[in-house]
Amino acid sequence: MIPAAAIGLAAGLVAGLLGVGGGILFVPALVVFLDFTQIRAEATSLLAIIPVALVGAWRQRAYGNVRVRDGLVVGGLSAAGALGGVALANALPQSALRAGFAVLSLVVAAQLVRQALASPPATDAEGEPSR
Amino acid sequence: MPWRRWLELGVIGTLAGLFSGLFGVGGGTVIVPLLILWLGYGEREATGTSLAAIAAIAAIATVTQGAYGNVDFAKGVLIGLPAVAGVVGGTALQQRVPTRTISLAFAALLVVVAIDLVVA
Repeated sequence: MIPAAAIGLAAGLVAGLLGVGGGILFVPALVVFLDFTQIRAEATSLLAIIPVALVGAWRQRAYGNVRVRDGLVVGGLSAAGALGGVALANALPQSALRAGFAVLSLVVAAQLVRQALASPPATDAEGEPSR
Repeated sequence: MPWRRWLELGVIGTLAGLFSGLFGVGGGTVIVPLLILWLGYGEREATGTSLAAIAAIAAIATVTQGAYGNVDFAKGVLIGLPAVAGVVGGTALQQRVPTRTISLAFAALLVVVAIDLVVA
């Protein structure tokens, strides 16, 4: 029981710190630390994402960053895609699913590197004004 | 709302749902860039709005995966609730610590995870 809660806390911390979604962390953590199969890790990750997204949306709404109607329309009209995606995940062999998730991990890694290199080094903020 | 807007949001929702159902993630990787590049959203608005969409998408995908018998409900709740506290803490910490090095380190970890998934 404790490992699952620790995974949630740690994955949430990293997700909040780096601005990535929880799922990209929950899925591999479940596979590596709790010996879940890929499909079971993905399914359980989806459940764990719900409270994270709900609280995130609620907080962002306070800052005026949520277009609620658009968000709900995107969410509501996702049903056909979500059903298709889940059916596909269940039809594919585990190895293919893992390979697909590996590609996704690399894409997110590339995004993180691009962001990190685009942002100025932290020391600049505290150094001498350059202008 | 004009029909064209419904169509655009529907395409984004369908793609995000497919992505979410297939990989067990929220779908922000798909939604955020599409809202920015296609519908002219600002980055903060896109991220905030995507969270509302993700809550609904993840709920639909969870119910569907549940029908296949793949969801470990106890573990999902045990991970999801502490994760909320983690995200709140992480977001607050983001304002105070330099995230550049952490981003690069985490990117490296994701590459290791990707290799491990394929090799294992």
